[in-house]
Amino acid sequence: MALLELRNVSKIYHLGGEEIRALDDVSLDLDQGEFVSIIGPSGSGKSTLMHILGCLDSPTLGNVVLAGTDIANASARELARVRNRTIGFVFQFFNLLPKLNVLQNVELPMIYAGIGSRERRERAEKALEMVELSHRLKNRPNQLSGGQQQRVAIARALVNNPKIILADEPTGNLDTHTGELILALFRRLAAEGRTVILVTHNPEIAAVTPRRIEIRNGKIAHQVDSKLAGLDRVSKAPNEGQAS
Amino acid sequence: MSLELPRISSSDLSLQDLPVGKTSLGNAVVVGLKEIWAHKFRSALTMLGIVLGVSSLVAMSAMVQGMENGQREALLAIGGLQKVRMEAQRVPVEQRHLRDLARGMTLADVEALKAGVPDIEIIAPEMRLDLDPTLQANGKFHRTFMTGGVVPEKVKIMEHEVEHGRMFNDIDASEARPVCVIGTGIRDELFGRPEDAGSEVIPLGRIMTINGQPFTIIGMFKRYEGEQDRKQRLEREVERQKLISEGKAPPKGPVRGQGRSGNFAFWIKNNTVYMPLNTMWHRFQSGLSNAPAEPRLSNIELKVRDFSQIEQTLTKIRNIMMVNHRGIEDFAFRTFEDWSADIDRFVKNARMSGGLIAGISLFVGGIGIMNIMLASISERIREIGIRKAVGAGGLDIFVQILVESVVIAVVGGVLGLAFSRFVVLGITWVAPTGNDPVITSGAMALSFGFAVVVGLVAGIFPAVKAARMDVIQSLRYD
Ligand SMILES: Nc1ncnc2c1ncn2[C@@H]1O[C@H](COP(=O)(O)OP(=O)(O)O)[C@@H](O)[C@H]1O
Ligand SMILES: [Mg+2]
Repeated sequence: MALLELRNVSKIYHLGGEEIRALDDVSLDLDQGEFVSIIGPSGSGKSTLMHILGCLDSPTLGNVVLAGTDIANASARELARVRNRTIGFVFQFFNLLPKLNVLQNVELPMIYAGIGSRERRERAEKALEMVELSHRLKNRPNQLSGGQQQRVAIARALVNNPKIILADEPTGNLDTHTGELILALFRRLAAEGRTVILVTHNPEIAAVTPRRIEIRNGKIAHQVDSKLAGLDRVSKAPNEGQAS
Repeated sequence: MSLELPRISSSDLSLQDLPVGKTSLGNAVVVGLKEIWAHKFRSALTMLGIVLGVSSLVAMSAMVQGMENGQREALLAIGGLQKVRMEAQRVPVEQRHLRDLARGMTLADVEALKAGVPDIEIIAPEMRLDLDPTLQANGKFHRTFMTGGVVPEKVKIMEHEVEHGRMFNDIDASEARPVCVIGTGIRDELFGRPEDAGSEVIPLGRIMTINGQPFTIIGMFKRYEGEQDRKQRLEREVERQKLISEGKAPPKGPVRGQGRSGNFAFWIKNNTVYMPLNTMWHRFQSGLSNAPAEPRLSNIELKVRDFSQIEQTLTKIRNIMMVNHRGIEDFAFRTFEDWSADIDRFVKNARMSGGLIAGISLFVGGIGIMNIMLASISERIREIGIRKAVGAGGLDIFVQILVESVVIAVVGGVLGLAFSRFVVLGITWVAPTGNDPVITSGAMALSFGFAVVVGLVAGIFPAVKAARMDVIQSLRYD
């Protein structure tokens, strides 16, 4: 059984009477420990897909099954709880709270998990040690470089020990070298058994993941999974003739 | 440079042993305080309304409390609620044809009441001059309407205390001696104030004329004053002694705030001149061509033993008086229950109007808080989005915003309580009253409670708004 399954998921927006299918009948299985990239041009529906995978949003149609439980119609409260315990987010613009120091930023998810302050501090320090930022605990985010900020964000994503890490253009604001370091960190996390989902428009970055899912116009246009050696699992959307 | 692989694995962050709990309120309070500290100036401006509201509420109730205390003090000073006063009055219109039969109140009434109403503890008749008499002594003049011929019991009813000399007695009365006992107010006017003289002025044995007739002063009452006047006077006295011991001349003449006693009851008591009733009768009335055959009393004051029985006692007194006066109602009752009720009504009204003003101030303060919280959440849309993304529920955000709002109100409330002392000082400095304001802990607790409620109510709308924000849109916002 897959860790996360999408079954015929559609997300439909209505803009001035016009119907926009940001996601159009998408079905997808993600297993534990997979390192996946979701790729596609701007406006193709990557972010929408990520929001649904990350339980930030519910689909208009279809089912989202997380570890055997359908959460397509879960309440906002239940989704918040799933995000807190099961999913870690890493964003393009880091999304750290500027008024909190590094340690406090990393402690944030644990506050909402109801973890006591001593244990919060211990775990946050551990997570920051993992991303090699133990020496910057009391710094504010704006005192750190982009790469360091993104590592703080990763520590924050990890601190509640989530099964899934979702990263939306995590290297988009970093130089190539720093970006590579961050990607190495993600690879490591996947190797440890977490499902890491990387959303990007950059094929070079997508190339680091064994499995790549290409989105166009809200549909899965093309999938490559190099782990299935020889077979080179390829799927094409029926109405999409030429996949890149 | 390559990233050294982490020495520590992320699997060390196993969540199996993680306890599940609730967001702690203490944490929300800390976040709230930090937020306020981060916007010190803005928060201070916002708190101002609450500070003013709370301090004016406390100050107002302190003023009212002070006035109430002063009034009750005065009520006690003139004999308390047990005192009943019967005043001679003109024959009512519908009884005008019986006018010739009306003798007014006489000593016979006093005797009849003494005999017929055991509930009367003390009874004291008084005879006054029709016109305020002129007092003259020491080359100075003074007029006072509180000049009366009385019996020695009058001292008890009026809660007088002879401090120097003696009260006149039966012999003084039966011989109609020209003796009198005066209050310190009369002394101040005719013989000078001790503050100016530098020592107590006791004019015992001195001659004072009343409407030209010489009287010997045989006694002087103590000085009556409210609690606050007494305190101020003693302070001034200490100050004066210090100056003297330092070899400097003490200041003469009136001092600021002196003689300003707002309490009329004490002023009246100090401006009393008493002579024996019989003296009054013989020296001022019996010789007049239209004098009645026996002394006509201006009023009879009496004190009942048991205030709870006052209605029955009053009925008895009235019956006896009516019989004695052949049904002619040439007397009227006055009790001080009316005054007491007046005090209650005054206190209630003052509280209401003061409370209204303070309430408006708190209301405006509440609007200020709501305004600032709305501004605050629209500045922090992204923060709210991030908090929600990492697992904050709507309730968590709601509590956070509400706590911030309440914290502003609580801090404002505490400052307001501290500030109220200065408001009270300021008011008494600008407009001194005879009654020191009294800040009660009840008023402080109530005002503070109001402030907290205002903070709560003002925070609800912004908190709901923040809690309902869409997480995706908040995250995108910049
Ligand atoms: N809240 C929304 N309201 C209306 N249309 C939306 C909304 N969010 C996304 N869309 C539309 O859905 C499509 C997919 O958007 P998105 O998932 O953000 O694409 P990507 O992240 O790949 O750029 C776009 O056409 C976008 O305009
Ligand atoms: Mg996008």
